Amino acid sequence: MKMKTAGATTLLSLLLTGTLMAQVGRPFIHDPSTIVECDGKYYTFGTGSGGLISSDGWTWNSGAVRPGGGAAPDAIKIGDRYLVVYGATGGGSASGHKGSILTMWNKTLDPNSPDFKYTEPIVVASSDGYEDCDAIDPGIMLDPTTGRLWLTYGTYFGFIRLAELDPKTGKRVEGNKAVDVAIVCEATDLIYRDGWYYLLATHGTCCDGANSTYNIVVGRSRSITGPYLDNTGRCMLEGGGKMVVASGGRVTGPGHFGRMILEDGVEKMSCHYEADLDQGGRSVLAIRPLLWKNEWPVAGDNFKEGTYEIESERRGYALELVVDFVRMPRTMRGFGQNTNEPIKPVPSQELSDVIHTWPTGNINVRIGDYMFRPHQKWTITAAPDSSGYLGGPYYKIVIAGTDRALAATADAEVVTVPAFTGAPEQLWRIDQLTDGTYRIMPKVVPGSNKKLALISIGDSTPTLAEFDMNSDNSKWNFKAH
Amino acid sequence: MNRKHTFLLLAMAICVLLGVQASAVTALGQAPGQGQKPIQVITPIQSDTTRTLSTLFSPATSEKKAPDSKGFIQRWLVLEPIKKDIARNNIFTDNYLRNTIYSNNFSTDFLIVPKDGAKTKVGDRELKWYALDSKIFNFKLYRFAYAVNKPQNGVLFWLVTVINCEEEIKNLRLSAGCNSAGMFWLNGKEVLMLSGDRDMVVDNCTSSRLTLNKGKNIIRGAVINGPGMIDFCVRFIDEKGLPIKNYTISCE
Repeated sequence: MKMKTAGATTLLSLLLTGTLMAQVGRPFIHDPSTIVECDGKYYTFGTGSGGLISSDGWTWNSGAVRPGGGAAPDAIKIGDRYLVVYGATGGGSASGHKGSILTMWNKTLDPNSPDFKYTEPIVVASSDGYEDCDAIDPGIMLDPTTGRLWLTYGTYFGFIRLAELDPKTGKRVEGNKAVDVAIVCEATDLIYRDGWYYLLATHGTCCDGANSTYNIVVGRSRSITGPYLDNTGRCMLEGGGKMVVASGGRVTGPGHFGRMILEDGVEKMSCHYEADLDQGGRSVLAIRPLLWKNEWPVAGDNFKEGTYEIESERRGYALELVVDFVRMPRTMRGFGQNTNEPIKPVPSQELSDVIHTWPTGNINVRIGDYMFRPHQKWTITAAPDSSGYLGGPYYKIVIAGTDRALAATADAEVVTVPAFTGAPEQLWRIDQLTDGTYRIMPKVVPGSNKKLALISIGDSTPTLAEFDMNSDNSKWNFKAH
Repeated sequence: MNRKHTFLLLAMAICVLLGVQASAVTALGQAPGQGQKPIQVITPIQSDTTRTLSTLFSPATSEKKAPDSKGFIQRWLVLEPIKKDIARNNIFTDNYLRNTIYSNNFSTDFLIVPKDGAKTKVGDRELKWYALDSKIFNFKLYRFAYAVNKPQNGVLFWLVTVINCEEEIKNLRLSAGCNSAGMFWLNGKEVLMLSGDRDMVVDNCTSSRLTLNKGKNIIRGAVINGPGMIDFCVRFIDEKGLPIKNYTISCE
C-alpha cells in the first residue's frame, strides 16, 4: 500500500509540475568562469577566447572577450578592477601535462568601453609535464577574513594545488610554495562561509555530451591549506567529496562551479551542463540557487512551472483568494453506522463548482488553512516576455484554470486582477533561498522604487515589505499536491 | 582518467589550423574582437624526467609487511602493462571489462603467485613482474610504467599480493578505488568489479562480506585505463567501514 501511495504522489507531481528551464538566448559555453557583474551587466568567460554577456542574468548571448585562448578561466572583481585567470592549455595528454596559469587585469569587462584593455598576462603557476600536476583549470578566491588571494588549479593528472597571489598585482606571492589539497578532480573553486573554507571540485567524465558524468563535489576545512574533508571525514587527497550537483532532468554533467552571493540568504551557483538535451545536447551555462544544508553547500532547483499551493513558512497557511468558502458535501458519517457499505471516492471540489460565486473584478488575497480548494491553487508559468533576473525568468501567477493574476498594488499590498496583462506589477521573481524556502518579489511595485517581497505580516495577512532572511514571514514554499 | 582535454584541445587545434576562428567563436559563445596574444608558456626550471622506481616505490623484501596506518595494501606484484588500443575512458562497461580482462589473462590459475623478476607471456608479449612497495597509500601504475619505460596510456595491469592471517577473519570487505576501471579476486573468486570511468577514490567500491582464511590469501587485481593517470588503492574494511589491519602482506 505504501508503494501505491508513493507512486500516486509521484504521478500527481509529474502532472502538476512542469519543465525545468535553463538559461535562454544562446548560452553555449564550456567551463564558465564565476559570473561577475560589471556596469549592470553580467559576464562569464569560457574555454576558448570569449564568453557570454547578459543584461538581466537570464538571457545570455556571446560577446564577452578574453584573449589568451586556453581553457577554463575564472574571474573576480578586486577593488575597481577585474582579475581574469586562465590556463594556457587544455591539459591532458595532448599538452603533455605541461601547463601554465596566467592572470591579467581589466578596468572593465565591457568590450565596447574605451577603458577595455587587458594587461599583459602574467604566469603565476605551471606544471612541467612530469610532476603530479597539470596546471589548468584555475579558480580564485579573495579570502573575506584576511584579504589574501588564493588560487587553486589542476586536474585529474596528479594534485590540485593551492597557491597564493598578490591581490594588488595578480602575481604569485614571492616565495609562495604550492600546497596539495586534492586529487582526482578538476575545475576547483574555493569559497568561504562561517569559518569554513569549502573546496568545490568537478569529478567524472567530461566532454562526452549526453554521456558525460561530470558532477560537482565539495570538501571543507577550517584552514585554507586544508585538509579538506567530506561529510564522511574522507580527505579530498583521498578522492573524497560530498555531492553538490549531479545530472538530472534533461541536463547532464554539471561542472566548473562558481558562487555568487546576491544578498543575505540569496546565493546562486554557476556551472555548465555538458549537455542540455533540450538545446541540442550542447554545453550550456547553468545558474541555480545555492543552498546550505547542515553547513554544506548543495545546488537548489530552479523553479519549475506548475500548479502549487503557495505556503507561508510563517505558520504553514496557504495563499488564497478572499472569497466565500464553499462547503463540500458532508461526508462525515455517524458513529455506529454500517461500515460494510461500498466505499466510493469523493470527488474534489472543482473550479466550475465555485467560480460563479467569485466576484469578477479584483479580488484580494489572504493566507488560510490549505484545503486544496480552487481558490488556493496557483498556476505559475514563465512570463511571455522572456524578461528575467539572475538565474530565472519572471513568472505570472494565476489561479489555476483562470487568467486571474496576482499583482502588486501601489500601496504595497497584493491583489488579484481578473486577467493577466503582462504589466510589470504582475510579474514575479522567485528565488530559492539558502535554506530551501523561497522569496517571492514583484518585478515592480507601482509608483515605488523599493525592492519589496511578499510577506506574511499576520498568519492570514499577506503584504509587500522588505525581505528579511531572518524572518519566516519573508519565506514561502511551493507544494505540488 | 583524462577527460576534458583531449577533445577540447583537438577542437581548438582544428579551429586554428583551418583558420575558422569566427566559427569557433560562435560555437563557444565567444565574440570576435581582440586578437589572441601569444601564449606565455613558462619553461620548467627543472623537470624530474628520471625513469626511476625509487621515487614512489621500493623493492619488496622477504620480510612481511603490515598494511599502512589506514589499512592500505602497499605491497604488490605488478606485471608490466599490456598495451590496449583505448582512446577514451568511457568504454569500460561491465561486459567490456570482463571480456577484455579475461581475454588478456596471464593465467587462469587465480591462486598463482608470480616471482619477482619472472617473465610471463600474455598473447605474443613477454612481460616482467616487479615486487614493489608503494611509498604512498595508493599505487601509481602510471608512474610505474614510466619508470620501467613502458606505455602509460591505453594499458592493462595485472596485480597480485598475498595476505597472511594468523586467524580467520570474517565479515570483512575488500574495498578499492581505481582509475579508471578494474576487477579484483580473492582466493580465486571474483569479488569486485569497478566499471565505468572512475576516479581513484578511497572506498569507492567494496565487495560483499568476505572471509580471510587463516594462513595465505591471494588477491589478484586488474586495472585498466585509456589516456591519463592510472592508479589504485585497496584495503579491507570491517562492518563499520573501518580499516582492518591485523594481517601481513607478502609477495610469496
